[in-house]
Order: sequence, then C-alpha cells, then structure tokens
Amino acid sequence: MPVSAAGQFFTVLLKELRESLRDRRTLWTALLLGPIGGPLLFTLMMSLGIERGQTDTREPARLVVVGADYAPELVGFLESNGAELRPVEAAGDPERAARAALEAKAARVALVIEPQFESHLRAGTPAPLELLSDSSDRHADGVKARIARWLHGYGAALGAMRLQARGVSPDLVSPLSVDDVDTATPTRRSLVMLGMLSYFILLATLVGGLHIAIDTTAGERERGSLEPLLTLPVARATLVLGKLAAACVYMTVALVVTLAAFSVALPHVGLETVGMRANFGLPVSARIFLVVLPFVPVGAALLTLVASFTRTYREAQTWLSLVLLVPTLPIVVASLYQIEPEARYAIVPSLGQHLMITALLRGDGLPWPLWWLSLLSCTALASALAGVSLALWRRESLLG
Amino acid sequence: MIEVRALRKSFGPLAAVQDVGFVAPDQAVTGLLGPNGAGKSTTLRMIYTVLTPDAGEVRIDGIDGVRDGAAARQAIGVLPAQPGLYRELSVRENIRYFGALHGMARAPLARRVDELISQLSLGDCASQRAGRLSQGQRVKTALARALVHSPRNVLLDEPTNGLDVPAIRALREIILSLKAEGRCVLFSSHVMQEVAAVCDRLVVIAGGRVIAEATPAALAEAHGGSLEDAFVAAVRAAGHG
Repeated sequence: MPVSAAGQFFTVLLKELRESLRDRRTLWTALLLGPIGGPLLFTLMMSLGIERGQTDTREPARLVVVGADYAPELVGFLESNGAELRPVEAAGDPERAARAALEAKAARVALVIEPQFESHLRAGTPAPLELLSDSSDRHADGVKARIARWLHGYGAALGAMRLQARGVSPDLVSPLSVDDVDTATPTRRSLVMLGMLSYFILLATLVGGLHIAIDTTAGERERGSLEPLLTLPVARATLVLGKLAAACVYMTVALVVTLAAFSVALPHVGLETVGMRANFGLPVSARIFLVVLPFVPVGAALLTLVASFTRTYREAQTWLSLVLLVPTLPIVVASLYQIEPEARYAIVPSLGQHLMITALLRGDGLPWPLWWLSLLSCTALASALAGVSLALWRRESLLG
Repeated sequence: MIEVRALRKSFGPLAAVQDVGFVAPDQAVTGLLGPNGAGKSTTLRMIYTVLTPDAGEVRIDGIDGVRDGAAARQAIGVLPAQPGLYRELSVRENIRYFGALHGMARAPLARRVDELISQLSLGDCASQRAGRLSQGQRVKTALARALVHSPRNVLLDEPTNGLDVPAIRALREIILSLKAEGRCVLFSSHVMQEVAAVCDRLVVIAGGRVIAEATPAALAEAHGGSLEDAFVAAVRAAGHG
C-alpha cells in the first residue's frame, strides 16, 4: 500500500491541531495570555505614561502661599505667569500652616514667605523662601518644576536690575545662552514608546507556538506515544514537518489576534491628545502581518528544536522560557543603538521585523527590498533549525 | 513471518543483545520469554525498526527491516511496552490517526475502526477521551491502533503488564483469534503461565542470547514436566540465574 508523504503530513498537522485545541491550557496561553494580555499591558503602560505627561503640563500650577502679604510683588509675578494661588493665614508657625494646607490637599506645592522677605531684599541679602512639596507624589514634580522656574526667573530679573543700577551689564554674568529646541515630530515622539510594540508582537507570536511545540515533541515522548508513532511507515522528516507546521499555524493565529488586539486598543490610548500619532489602521496591521510572517517558521523551528532535545514537558518549559528571550535580544540592542533600517541589519531575523515595523509605524511604508531579504534569511534560518531538529529525531536516543 | 539472525546491540559498554536469532512463523504465536533485562525489549525494538542493530539481520515477510525500514513497518503492528495514547483524543480518534498514517482511505478506515471497536469490546468508551480510560481499556485501544491496518505480523511487548485477570483473558482470546486469521504473533513476557497458555513456540532469552527454542511441551518434557522448572533450569544453565 503506497503511502503519500503529503497525506501523512496533513494527517499529522490536523491531529496536532485537533489535540491542542482540546487542551484548555494550550488555548489559554497561546491565544489569550500573549496576544490579548500583551497589547492590554502595553496600552495600559502607554495610557499611564501619557496621562502623567498630560497632568504635568495641563494641570494648573496651584500653589499654597503662606505670608503672601510679605511679598506682594512676587505674588503678583506668579499670578501673572498663571499660578493659581491659595493664600493661607500665617498663624503661628508658617511652615506648619503650609504643611497643614498640603495635607488638606489645597494644592500639591506650597510657598512660605518669611515676614523679613522685603527687608532682606532691601538690604541686598538673599531673601529666604521655602518651597514645599511631596517628592513621592509624581504629579507634584511638574508643578514644582514650573514654580521653581518662575521663582528663578523672578530672582534673575531682580539680579539683572541690581547689576544695571550699578552700571554693570547683566550679560557679564550670563556667559552662556542656551536655547532648548525640540525637533521631535509628533510621530517620531510616539515612536520611542511604540518601539516596544514590535517586541510585544514578536513575543506574543512566539508564546502562541510555545505549548504546541512542547506538546508535540517533549510531550509526545513523555506520554510514551512517540514509540508507537515511530513504528508506523512515516518518515521522520514528515513527522517533524507536520509538528512544525502545527506550531506555525498557532503562531500565525496568535499574530493575527495580537494585531487585532493592538488595533482595537491603541486608539484608546489617546496618543493624539499629546500630539502623537499611531499609524495602526488596517493597512498598517496587514503590512505588519506580512512583515512578521517570515519570522513565524523561524520561531516555530527554534521552539521545536529546543523542545526536541528536552526529555519532559517541564524541562522543555524551563528551557523555552529562556529561549523566548533570544529573538527579542536584537530588538533590545537595536533600541539601545538606535539602528536604522538597512539591509545588513534587516537580514537578521527579528531585528529585520523590528526595523520594518518601526518604518511602518513611522509612516514610511513597507521597504519591500528589505522584506524580500528578510524572507530569504528567515527561510534559510528556519530550514537550518528544522534540519537540526530532524537530525535529533533521527537519533536512536530520541526514545530515551 | 519474522526471521531474526545473529542480532547484536550494545548501548555504550552494555551489551544488551549479543546473539539472538529465531523464526516466528505465520499462523502461530511465538513467545519471547526471559527474565527482566534479558534483552527482550531491545530485540523487539530492533525488529520494529526503532533501533538499528549493530550486527545481524531482521526480515519481515522477506523484507530487510534494517535496509528498508518503511516497507517493513507497513507489514507490522506494534504494541510497545509503554503504549502511550493521545489523552485529548477519543478512543476512536486514536485508532483512526494510526490508520490514516498507514494511508488507509476514509471509508475503509471507518469500517475497520468500527470492527476493531466491537471486536475488542471498546464500544462503551469509543467516544471517550483516552485520558479517562482504565488501564485495560488503554491497552485495548493501543492494541486496536496496532491492528488497524490488518498487519500480517503483530508484535506485543509485555502486553499483560498492569492488566487484571478478565483483561488478560480477553487479551489471550484476541491473540488466539489473530493466530486463527493466519497472522504471525510475536509477544514477549516474563510470566511463564501467560506464555504457556497461548504460545505454539517459545524462544527463551537470557543475557542477550537465545538459550532455548522449542514448543512449550518439548521444553517442559526436557526438564521433568514443569514449564516453570524448565525456564528456571534453562536460565541457570546459561549462567544467568
């Protein structure tokens, strides 16, 4: 009875899929934990980051002032800059009064002006001011920084006037003139945050294939079903390829779910409110899918290879949780060195994916030559890894 | 028919099989008998091609099992010592998977699976997942899986391990019916009574060598009437007692 290898390949593939679909644990981690949990976590991180950035600049600079009467000019200057003042009576200890006002949430920052403020100014000695804020309250940082900047500006203006009154040019004491110019465009700024996106996408894709890769190799051996399987007239290459293909199917589904989750979640982050833009519509999602697709067999072959030389499910899990980090390493390196999409980098699987995803998010379009290059290098690496797996499967010690 | 000649296999310094040769004819049950560690499983594993012999020859219906493993595997059905099933698949699906890998077409395969399920009285649990089966049901499912392609040669490695008395009796009947169908049955055991009950021929192995090959009756006669005494004496005589 002649047996077709293609028929056997599909029999193995379908059986592995059917079996793992019935395993809740596999389904749960492969299709929910990574692909939906990842984007959720990412979105949450982004939202918090943005919200924080927003409160820093949008929140009115509310300020408790104790002893406002002692420095009417300074108070007027702060008000004209936009500070919202909450004057408090300096009954008894002024610092204690300021603390009490902060405790009562009248504002996040308090300014204490001593009664002798004016007399110090007149005498030309440093006039004492006290600025109170809670450094563990992150929202206070921004407000405090702005108020400190205004106070510094006020002091500098006073100093300049004193110098001028004595016939000295204030420029003499300002040897440097530094202008801060932020050249980041909204898209570019969002890229720094969205750079992690490709990391999440690749990781979720890998996690998608994790359980099925272990189940079909180390799991098969541990259950004792490998030996009966090897007594069938099936070439080991057919078995390995069928199992690899099953992992690829899972990873592809995980990739689609991940991208769908991102395209649903990212618009809710509110990137636009801080002048950022996330190019994550359907066309970009579809292209990211195309970009990651050549990486899927690489991941599947890597997982299958490692799971093939471990003996038990548990051992495979331990090893693979480490191996999961390997494809993400190039991305970390790329972020550190700010690597641009170039052929010599795109040829590295996973790094190529990261660079192309970044280009897409930047709105540069898909660099097709790099895609073809990446397809070639990914296919070569996947074949090499699958070849090593096959060599392992051909050894007698496979049965343990 | 299974023919084995001068098989040899070592694992590192351990010579598991040193010189094993015998013939298991069609329409007969051949018992591979020996104490634990005698080399029974290693011999069977070489016959069903998952191990490659260091030396010697295996022929299954005339096919060279060492050179043409795939063709040899088509002619055998195997119940290994640890016949793991796919826990998430049903009994029926487990059997069907092996049939499909043998290249059986859908309709004949479905018929054959039904036939085996009724033959092995697995009807009650045919749709149950294999993870929920009793030990006896598990062995029967694994046996049905081994027989799905109606192999001419059936190899059973310690099939009665972990079975209770009714299950052993059922298995004995299955083995006898396989023989009645004209198949070659080769099964290993370290339990005398089992072997005596069904075997037409005995191959006694100890220390990786064949130390006796005869019918149960002839073997018993040579050692004063008791097959058990014969077994112990034969193993002692070979210096492995």
